[in-house]
Amino acid sequence: MAQHILEMKNITKIFPGVIALDKVNLQVEEGEIHALVGENGAGKSTLMNVLSGIYPFGDYEGDILYKGEICRFKNIRESEQKGIAIIHQELALSPYMTIAENIFIGNERQKNGVIDWDETNFQAAEIMEQIGIREKPSAVIRNIGVGKQQLVEIAKALAKKCELLILDEPTAALNDDDANHLLELLKKLNKEQHITCIIISHKLNEIAKVADRITIIRDGQVIETLENVPGGISESRIIKGMVGREMVDRFPKRESHIGDVAFEVKNWTVYDPLDDERIVIDDVSINIRKGEVVGLAGLMGAGRTEFAMSVFGKAYGKNISGTIIKDGEAIHLNNVSQAIDHGLAYVTEDRKNAGLVLIQDIRKNTSMANLKSLSNKGVVDDDKEIHIGKEYAEKLKTKCSSIFQKAGNLSGGNQQKVVLSKWLFAEPDVLLLDEPTRGIDVGAKYEIYNIINDMASDGKCVLVISSELTEILGVADRIYIMNEGKIVGEMPKEKATQENVMQCIIRSASN
Amino acid sequence: MIRKLREALRHNFREYAMFFALIAIVAFFGIATNGILLATRNVTRLIYQNSYILILAVGMLMCILTGGNIDLSVGSVVALASAMSGLLASVLGWPIWLSIILAMLVGVLAGAWQGYWIAYIQIPAFIVTLAGMLVFRAINNIILQGETVGLPDAYKVIAARPVADFVGEINVGQFGLNGTSMLVGALAILIYIAVTLWNRRTKKAKGYEVMDQSLLILKMVLISLVIAFFTLWLSLDDGLPIILVIFGVLAGIYIFITNKTVLGRHLYALGGNAKAAELSGIKTKRILFLAYTNMGMLSAISGIVYAGRLNASSPIAGKGFELDAIAACFIGGASATGGVGTVMGAIIGGLIMGILNNGMSIMSVDVFWQDFTKGLVLLGAVAFDVMSKSKSSVK
Repeated sequence: MAQHILEMKNITKIFPGVIALDKVNLQVEEGEIHALVGENGAGKSTLMNVLSGIYPFGDYEGDILYKGEICRFKNIRESEQKGIAIIHQELALSPYMTIAENIFIGNERQKNGVIDWDETNFQAAEIMEQIGIREKPSAVIRNIGVGKQQLVEIAKALAKKCELLILDEPTAALNDDDANHLLELLKKLNKEQHITCIIISHKLNEIAKVADRITIIRDGQVIETLENVPGGISESRIIKGMVGREMVDRFPKRESHIGDVAFEVKNWTVYDPLDDERIVIDDVSINIRKGEVVGLAGLMGAGRTEFAMSVFGKAYGKNISGTIIKDGEAIHLNNVSQAIDHGLAYVTEDRKNAGLVLIQDIRKNTSMANLKSLSNKGVVDDDKEIHIGKEYAEKLKTKCSSIFQKAGNLSGGNQQKVVLSKWLFAEPDVLLLDEPTRGIDVGAKYEIYNIINDMASDGKCVLVISSELTEILGVADRIYIMNEGKIVGEMPKEKATQENVMQCIIRSASN
Repeated sequence: MIRKLREALRHNFREYAMFFALIAIVAFFGIATNGILLATRNVTRLIYQNSYILILAVGMLMCILTGGNIDLSVGSVVALASAMSGLLASVLGWPIWLSIILAMLVGVLAGAWQGYWIAYIQIPAFIVTLAGMLVFRAINNIILQGETVGLPDAYKVIAARPVADFVGEINVGQFGLNGTSMLVGALAILIYIAVTLWNRRTKKAKGYEVMDQSLLILKMVLISLVIAFFTLWLSLDDGLPIILVIFGVLAGIYIFITNKTVLGRHLYALGGNAKAAELSGIKTKRILFLAYTNMGMLSAISGIVYAGRLNASSPIAGKGFELDAIAACFIGGASATGGVGTVMGAIIGGLIMGILNNGMSIMSVDVFWQDFTKGLVLLGAVAFDVMSKSKSSVK
């Protein structure tokens, strides 16, 4: 048995209202490639952030033993000095600087504060050669492809003489060729330079290919650690571990009274607003019936948020084409206020940055999307507004000292209720709910599900986007599955299981 | 009642803090200048001296509310409007009312021009208005050929004359009081009390919470007293300045807009969280455009008032006004990131700056030390705001 380079013991990390990690134990052997898998929000990234010092010592409970020594990292720098490097999903490169500059960023080849450019370029070229970046060290980052950018991140880690390399979804943004190249490189580094790797990935086929051992995390707990087998472990074995939780009564029952199709989006295609060439949503068609809750499942980056926002008055995207049909009539929505006027509502996944004005009180946040109905010739009726604020706070059971409490001082669950209040007060017929329960505790989730059920029984069309499969299965009458901007499957509630949905996604990803 | 008062003060500490600071500064200079600061003549002079900055501060607040955007060009627009007025009224001899309206129109156009680049092309306000600062100043110089142009007397009336006393002087002992300003003051108090009571009654009738009765009476008495004394002071001097009436109306309009209208709400929502505002159907670009267009209009009004005070259009008119207006807003509690601030705060901030200027001048403090003091007061006020905010957010 090889020696443990890393042991994480009983790591517990609590965010306000949520236990993100619950006594997690992880052991990584020296010289192995260790994969970390689990659903979105299971706690993989949080665990790695604890390890690399992004959440400093004192922010979590438990011990980190690196090479047999207890480590208490206060920041990333300290973990880097020990030889631990983390590469995040979002690349941390400076786009207008050269490859060489980026490789040595924060780790400059210098003497008394003066940079030695010859040494910088020479060493950069050496490392680039080693990992196969065929560019000049003086090439500017934004001019090279994403695949090469990912390699520059690895070069950066190597320049810091790292011994333990953590990669968070390294291939998520890469095409298959680049992804393969990257995986081969990892294997090579692992073999020739004895760099231990921890890799987080959703692409189970990749994991089966490169990993020596696989640890499965679910709901902030380690479920099991599997040994890979020659020829690759079966994906269904991993999936079973990922989703195999028992369904307790986490979702309130609802009797569905589903009517006719009332909302339809046809052949919806959207381009990236920053990149005219890139199709983000590719010919998507969905429909929702009156009183129906439709789930939209998919992994992060599948395009679900982009789809919902582009439908909501083109709040996202460029060169949008396709038709929206509501109550049998084609409607054209060119901006958000038109969308609201036509009875649409979009509840954002990012309530703090895009849903609420945190420095304003509950009352003003509630009325924000429908001030028109509270005003006469542009003058707001304060009294009526207060009345409405109270009414919705009571209806949704928002816990607050009064409706004059600032939204920023509420807990996540109550903030979400304020966002929902805002949109319910706008009296929509179609609700697009994007991750409606993200980052809120189980009790508040249950109440949100109740609110969703009420919306449906009021005869509204509800679309629920969620990365938690159990949630989609729990609330939806019918499920669409999205991957890489396309609808890759549709199934009624009866047929949908976590395995089916996961397999649907993974099958389309491996194609 | 004391307990209730303390409670109310504690809850609205930040709102009242600036007000107390103003009183403290007035008291300090009142004593330090042996009462000259509060002499009737000086109070009137303070109004004439600061009216144009206060008008700018109100407009600047609208820009700052949209997201901490400032307008550096106001000083140049002030100059441009006064030059325009001078050119039309004095050089070309056009009617005064027309040249005032056209000067305002020029201000609106200058504001709309900048608003267009800021809102629709999304160039940072700092850069657009820095460019505007240079361009409008240059146009002003081109119009005036670098020379000062004298103006008809009518301008002076607007900027530095009291309302004609049609009531007649009231003699109380040895004092002669200006009847018109006394009447206006009395009316102001009556209207204030009537509106407050009526609001309270309608609120109560609809079953909403109202302010505690004893506190309300205290507040009404205090505000009435302030108005009464102020009126008395003005009456003892020349009477009610016309510019004070104009400014009072302007301030009233903008207080109403920010507090009571949909437009005002949208301003605050945009500054509080632009993305959330946009996703709630608020036309954020239009709001931003309007804020700058409005700033242009108010700059022009300020420019006309300033020209009247100098009785001339000058190529260097308005230099540095933008900084005083911006400082007034921030001293008055506006947030540098937008979404927080009140018209009343900006006015109080402007008054604090004005009294610092005036008080130090009376004490014949060196101009350099005046700027030094003003700079530190600005920094101190904002630092106080930031620190009290970070304290209250730990919760």
